[in-house]
This record gives sequence, structure tokens and C-alpha cells, in this order.
Amino acid sequence: MTDFDLVRKNLFRKPLRTILLTVSIFMAFLIFGMLTSLNVALNRASETGAANDRLIVSNKINFTQPLPIAYVNRIAAVPGVTGVTHSSWFGAYYQDQRTSRFVGFAVDPATYVALYANDIRLTEAEKKAFIGERTGVIVGKALADQYGWKLGQTVPISSNIYVQPDGRRTWDMKVTGIFTGAKPTDSTAALYFHYDYLNETTTFGRDQIGNVAVRTASMDLNNQVAKTIDAAFANSPYETSTVDEKTFAQAFLKQAGDLNLIVTMVVAAAFAAILMIVSTTLVSAMRERTKEIGVMKTLGFSSPRVLRMVLGEALMLSTLGAVLGLAVSAFVLAGLSNSPVASTFGDLSMSPLVALSGLLLAITLGLVTGAIPAASALRMSIVDALNRR
Amino acid sequence: MSALIQLNNVTKNYRRGKEGIAIFDGLTMSIEKGDFVAIMGPSGSGKTTLLNLLGGTDRCDGGQIIFDGERIDGYSEGQLAAWRARSVGFIFQFYNLMPVLTAAQNVELPLMLTKLPAKKRRDNVATALKIVELSDRAKHKPKELSGGQQQRVAIARAIVSDPKLLLCDEPTGDLDRNTANDILRTLQQLNRELGKTIIMVTHDPEAARFANRTLHLDKGSFAEVTA
Repeated sequence: MTDFDLVRKNLFRKPLRTILLTVSIFMAFLIFGMLTSLNVALNRASETGAANDRLIVSNKINFTQPLPIAYVNRIAAVPGVTGVTHSSWFGAYYQDQRTSRFVGFAVDPATYVALYANDIRLTEAEKKAFIGERTGVIVGKALADQYGWKLGQTVPISSNIYVQPDGRRTWDMKVTGIFTGAKPTDSTAALYFHYDYLNETTTFGRDQIGNVAVRTASMDLNNQVAKTIDAAFANSPYETSTVDEKTFAQAFLKQAGDLNLIVTMVVAAAFAAILMIVSTTLVSAMRERTKEIGVMKTLGFSSPRVLRMVLGEALMLSTLGAVLGLAVSAFVLAGLSNSPVASTFGDLSMSPLVALSGLLLAITLGLVTGAIPAASALRMSIVDALNRR
Repeated sequence: MSALIQLNNVTKNYRRGKEGIAIFDGLTMSIEKGDFVAIMGPSGSGKTTLLNLLGGTDRCDGGQIIFDGERIDGYSEGQLAAWRARSVGFIFQFYNLMPVLTAAQNVELPLMLTKLPAKKRRDNVATALKIVELSDRAKHKPKELSGGQQQRVAIARAIVSDPKLLLCDEPTGDLDRNTANDILRTLQQLNRELGKTIIMVTHDPEAARFANRTLHLDKGSFAEVTA
């Protein structure tokens, strides 16, 4: 028999209590695993394709406000700018707005595929077909797989923003390319189609665009180019805000609120509750065993060794719950990653860093919850322990 | 015979609120190696405190406690724990076995404090259980054993690491007469055949008769010594 055996046997002396505690810890780590992985995926998605030499020009009021299309040429003329394109959020969905919304932009095809050639991987034939076909659309592989779209197929894509003169919200688009991302983990649940097609058929917002993407000659010029652009449109009806692509993407995601903060708050609340439940239960469990601890000390077990055993119990409990919680959340996330709904986030699977953070959190939880009973076991005098009724 | 344990001018006080209570005020006594001593006395006479001092589970306020020629009253907590592990076996009134462990595992507990290899540990446990005639109950948990059997397991636990001294605190206080006599005969056997020095605190004159001699403790001093 080893100290580990003794710790294990003590932990499971009341199986129901241990199971209930394990389930509580399991729930906390399930929440941690799911939310943290989701947050990581969202942050990763915000960085997907973000290049250091690209800037995004949007309306200073808010990036949901439009800019005149005439700005594109003026921005292109700014010194240091080597490429310009534009895009407009379409509010795209396929058939059912509630269940099949995805990322969709109306873009200038030639300049867009050129500026994002690294992130939107198409064959030369597909690029050519897209640029040459007015109703052409390029769709990400995830989206094509999700809806079973094939090259050459015409698909009805609807908008929850734009309306056609006859009241329809649906545009027929011909799939001219199916793109992949720079990395396998990049989200490809998106589509891009001709701005002109939208501009000519929409009832409002004509000659207006969502934002302008700018490539600079060097990232060292980014600040200077951004200032020049914003200065050029200062005091106009459409003032601009120019930021690097990563900053823009993060601001875009923050539409849903500060996800980092929300995740931190939810996880912290779950752990605060678990901390109190587990601590109280362990203190009470240790009280029940006061006499046994006294006997162990009487037999010659040193106080530090008893302390290690009590801490070991708390650690074993928290690690057990954590491993189960993280394993189940990894399993659920892997399943979600393959679902159409989650494809927007790209790779949802639990990263080694999240798993490692979870295990470190489990060790911290074990040490904190075990601290009070372990300290009382350390201090407990044999005489007092054996006299305890 | 030479002294196994000797108390020289030992003092021990307790505080109850603001009041100080002197349990021992200059207690001097000596227990020879291989002796079997019963200590009797009324409640509050200091029997259990004496046992605690002899077993190194409590500290005296003054005087000397010498075990086998070595002063132990100045030992640190860690030194005392190590000394208890190798030198003293404890037998309690209510057995104090670990309910989650089998009889054999309970007996093995003191061996966890040694560096004996697993096989040697198993052999020692088997021997200890054989001495108390409980080999067939090795895999039983305490709740599956009678009171007498539990006390036998406790005795096996006390002797498994071959200590020189056995301290028994009312070892038969929770047992019926016949079972108590069985336990006392076992202690007598350990004293006579294995040469264990035994100090037994008891209220029971019948139990005391199994000892070689009886010391009567009253108000912190030995008022009477009977053979």
C-alpha cells in the first residue's frame, strides 16, 4: 500500500459524495473547456487572413455605416498604397434566415481576389470565371460542402438587408469558384459576389460600400497611410477610420459584446461556486476524520505527510473532475466542429493550450480547496484529535 | 532488568480558561524492559496524560523523559513522530482502525513509515495477523469484524513494526468479559513470549490482574504500588 492508495481509498470512502463533487467540478470544467475553446476559435477567426500590410477604411461613425464608392479611387491615389478593393456586408442567408446565415460580401471581383489571393485560394480558371461572370459567386469550401453546391450551379442567395425593386430579397448567383483558406483551420464558410450585380439591382444604398481594404507598400507605412486617408476625408459627410486588419476584425467580433470578458466572468462565476462547494465539503469531510488523522499521527505519520495526503485528496478530486470535464468538452467541440452551424468559427477543437490551462486550473482548484482542511490537519494536535467525540 | 522508560521530575499543566491545572508536579517513575504494568486510578488522575507523555503524543512542561537511555522530551515534532513509528505500538479502547482499509491494510499502516520492500511488508503483516489469530480475516474491513476481532487487528498493527513498547489505553473497555480476557491473554503472551514492554491504562481490576504489577495513580502521583 502506498500513500496514493490511501488517498484514493479515503477519497472514495463515501462514493455518493465524491461522485456529486466530481460532477460539480466536471460541470465547471465543461463550461471552461467549451467557452474558452469558443473564445480561442473566435479570436483565431478574427486573425484569419489578417495581414500586416493591409488596412481597412470604414466609416468613422461605425463600420456598419456606408462609404461612397468614389472613395476607392481617392484612397488608391494616396502615397504608399499599392492595392485597393472594397466589400459590402450582404447579410447573406440560404433559404432560411434563422438557420442558414453566413458571411457574404459584395466585392469588386478583380481587385478583391488580387488583394486577398493568399487567403482566398482559387485556381486561375476559377478567378477568371468569377471576374468574367456578372452573377458569379465564389464560395468557401465549408459552405459548398454544407449545402452541396457545385461549380456551375446557380444558387439563390438571400439578404436580410437589401431588397430588389420587385420586393424580392433573393439574388440568383452562379458558383464560379470554390475557395479554400491559407490554412486548413481557416474558416471558409463565406461567399463573395459582384458588387456591380448588387449595386444595379438594389433599391437602396447604391454607389455605397461597406469598407475599403488597402494594401500598403510596407507595414512601416501603415500609420502614415492611415493618417493620410483619414485626413483626406476629415470634415466630410463620410469621415473615415482607418485601422489595421486585425484591429478591424476584432472590432467586428465585438459587436456581440466583449467575449473575452463574458467568458472570463462566466468561468469565474462557475469556479467561485465550485470553490465554495468543494472547500466546505472537504472541510466537513476532514472533520469527520479528525480521529483518524490523530491515529495516523500517533502511529508516526509526520504532520507534513498528513498534509500532503489531504492536499492529495483535493488534487485527485479536482483533477478527476477536470479531466472528465475537459475530455467531454473536447469531444463535444470535435462534434461541433463538423457541424454546419459552427463552421463559421473554423476549427473549434480544443487546443493543447486550453487543455493545459484547464489542468493548471484543476491543480490550483485542488490546492485552494484543500488548503483549509490540509492546514487544519497539519496543526491538529494528537491529543485533541483523539479526544474529539 | 534495565529501565526502558524513565520519567524524572516531570511536570505537566493544563489551562482551563484562566485557571492552570497541575496534572503532574515532579512525577518520577521507571518501567523496566519486558515489564507488563497496569496503571489504574480514578478519572482525572492523569492516567491518559501519562500515557500520552510516555508515547510522545504530548509534551511535558518540565523534567526528563528517557527512553532506552535517550532523552526524548526535547525531540522536535518530526523526531517524535519517527521515534513513535519505530519504538511504540498503540492500542486504543475503541480500536481506531481505518474503516476504508482491510484488516491487512490497517496492519500495514505503520510499515508505510519504513523502507521495507513490499514483499517483506506483506510477510510482516501476515506474521502479525497470525500472532493475533486473524489470518483468515485479512481481507475483511473493520465493520465486518466483531469488537474483539477489531482489537486483535489493532494489536497486530501495534506489533507489526516490532516496537519495544506497547501502550494500551483501556484496551478492553469496549469488550465483554470473555473477549476482554482473550485480548488480555494475547497481551500477556506478547509480553512473555516476545518480550514486549507493555503499559496498560485500565479501570478494570480484572484486566489489571493480567499485568505483572499495578500502579495506582491519584492526583498526579503514584499513591500505591502493588505486585
